[in-house]
Amino acid sequence: MRWLEGLSKKQRTNLQRIIAAALLLLIIAWLPLTGLPRFFAYAVPYLLVGYDVLYKAWKGILNRQPLDENLLMAIATLGAMSLAIYEDGDYTEGIAVMLFYQIGELFQSCAVSKSRRDITALMDIRPDYANIEGADGQLEQVDPEEVTTGSLIIVQPGEKIPLDGVITAGKSTLNTAALTGESLPREVSEGEEVISGSVNLTGLLKIRTTKEFDESTASKILALVSEASSRKSKSEAFITRFARAYTPAVVSAAAVLALIPPLANLGLGETGDWGTWLYRALVFLVISCPCALVISIPLTFFAGLGGASRAGILVKGSNYLEALAEVDTVVFDKTGTLTKGIFEVTAVHPQTLDRQELLHLAAHVERYSKHPIAASLRAAYPHEADDCRVEAIQEIAGQGIKAQVNGHTVHLGNSKLMAAIGADWHKCSQHLTGTTLHLALDGEYEGHVVISDVLKPTAKEAIKALQACGIKETVMLTGDSKAVAEKVAGELGISRVYSELLPAGKVAQVEAILENKKKSHQKGKVAFTGDGINDAPVLSRADIGIAMGALGSDAAIEAADVVLMDDEPLKISQAIRLSRRTLAIVRENTWGAIGIKLLFLLLGALGLSGMWGAIFADVGVTVIAVLNATRALMVPGNTCKTAFSET
Amino acid sequence: MKKTYKIEVDCANCADKMEQAAKKTKGVKDASVNFMMLKMKVEFEEWADPAAIMPKVRENCKKVEDDCEVFL
Repeated sequence: MRWLEGLSKKQRTNLQRIIAAALLLLIIAWLPLTGLPRFFAYAVPYLLVGYDVLYKAWKGILNRQPLDENLLMAIATLGAMSLAIYEDGDYTEGIAVMLFYQIGELFQSCAVSKSRRDITALMDIRPDYANIEGADGQLEQVDPEEVTTGSLIIVQPGEKIPLDGVITAGKSTLNTAALTGESLPREVSEGEEVISGSVNLTGLLKIRTTKEFDESTASKILALVSEASSRKSKSEAFITRFARAYTPAVVSAAAVLALIPPLANLGLGETGDWGTWLYRALVFLVISCPCALVISIPLTFFAGLGGASRAGILVKGSNYLEALAEVDTVVFDKTGTLTKGIFEVTAVHPQTLDRQELLHLAAHVERYSKHPIAASLRAAYPHEADDCRVEAIQEIAGQGIKAQVNGHTVHLGNSKLMAAIGADWHKCSQHLTGTTLHLALDGEYEGHVVISDVLKPTAKEAIKALQACGIKETVMLTGDSKAVAEKVAGELGISRVYSELLPAGKVAQVEAILENKKKSHQKGKVAFTGDGINDAPVLSRADIGIAMGALGSDAAIEAADVVLMDDEPLKISQAIRLSRRTLAIVRENTWGAIGIKLLFLLLGALGLSGMWGAIFADVGVTVIAVLNATRALMVPGNTCKTAFSET
Repeated sequence: MKKTYKIEVDCANCADKMEQAAKKTKGVKDASVNFMMLKMKVEFEEWADPAAIMPKVRENCKKVEDDCEVFL
């Protein structure tokens, strides 16, 4: 009985009560009892399975609590039992209602605790301890909360990194699956930043912490996830309102049903037939319990949020999941979102020199520069740190840089610099977008290097996937020049582009899009996707702000509504799909449960459905709705299957 | 001041009852129960001392729902 192990003590006791009562019921049915002894015999399983409901109902009355399910169940079953006393002595129905009610409650509680366990297991990134090297070289385990910033901690293979920091010694691979949903391990070595919550797989690491525990990534993410299910969605608010009105309405209907038809019959001179109508009223009470709705809607959202975080998509609340499902316009920031945001050498066009030689010289001149362009040149020529002499480096503002390499004068910079030194430069013949760096050796033009930001490999696929998901419009905002922006947009298939924007201009553009939608009464929501650098105001201004690759960027995590843990643009369509699926399940559960309940209320009023039908409408629907809700935990892929997506 | 406490409760409806009970406790400005995470977040009034208020909150929760627990 392995599934029994997952049950709490209380759940196990309840299971035993249910089984015992069911067995007793079977035994008593075989006994030839009549009259009062029969009643007392049946009272035993009834009380065994229902004493807590009766007790709670009684306490509810004493405390003047509003109607609740315990009271409803108590009235319905006690009513059925007393009807049985003077009618046919068939007590099984009343007991069965209580029995099945308890089975439903047990099932519900198991399902909820199981999904709770599943989801917390997914987010099992909380580090329990940190290792600090003691004076004698022995490792000492301490509470990560007590480790101050700048301390040296040791992480052994198999352990979780407890705090954010920088590796000071060691080399290893890290499993970041719980953080980013990325299953491929990440290689790290000395000098690299690591984030808490990732698991050290292979080597011993010494890490200097850069943040305190509460500020570390793992704590932030956990806080975000546990906060998420507290933000209620519109659907949840609707269900709470509906449940509040629904129960009293059904109970009043039950009272009307018990009184009016018999009185009317009496008025017409016929028999009152009280028993029949009272029975139908009790059927109403059993159906009136709103459990299926009250539990399954938040459970669906909870499972949806959990499934999303498993995929490395943190949604900050059920309300955002709901808004995400309604998105029809996605606005992108270019740099860092669709492109890598890292400059790379994309072309080398020498005049007389060798390709490598040109790169070599360019890299040398930039040897000591901190500029991103310098970094990309050095990356393109990795053997830069050779024994060549680089001296007399001189920056020429707005033009470039000048240096002596092995005694030769090298100029590296834009066309203005070339013109200034009188070198015979020419434009790049291929009209490449990006930054062109011209190089002159002892005043002679030697060619140019083109550096540009490169597209992420999946960017095009991501835009396609969004369009297949029915996103009507994709918009790109960038601070780059018009030429670069239009080239990128054309390559990706983005419908609208706004270029040469300052950060404030991006906000204005998003506001204009929102305003436009409002004017033309379009309902679709506008999502903005950015990498969180410089675009926090835009993230908060859009209907939904999606921050990408935001691990470590506090401002972005703060401002965004959805945080993608890595910088994979395909995750945007996956997030939208996931939210739509969750919302579809919510709708199924809401209208399915309400529909079935109303149907059985009608059948009950007409006398076509007895207690058994009512039990199905109550417990059966709850079970189905809960099972359906747990489907939201499964993560869909990132592509929408439409008729034309194959082409 | 805001503080979060771990709770134990069986059903969503009961969690709602606990929330209402906690809200009505004197010294509590606002309270919200997260049934899925089994957590209760309590915002206290300026003058209130959480250590003195929380046993009251727990008592009031117990009154409306027997099967509940607030871990202080």
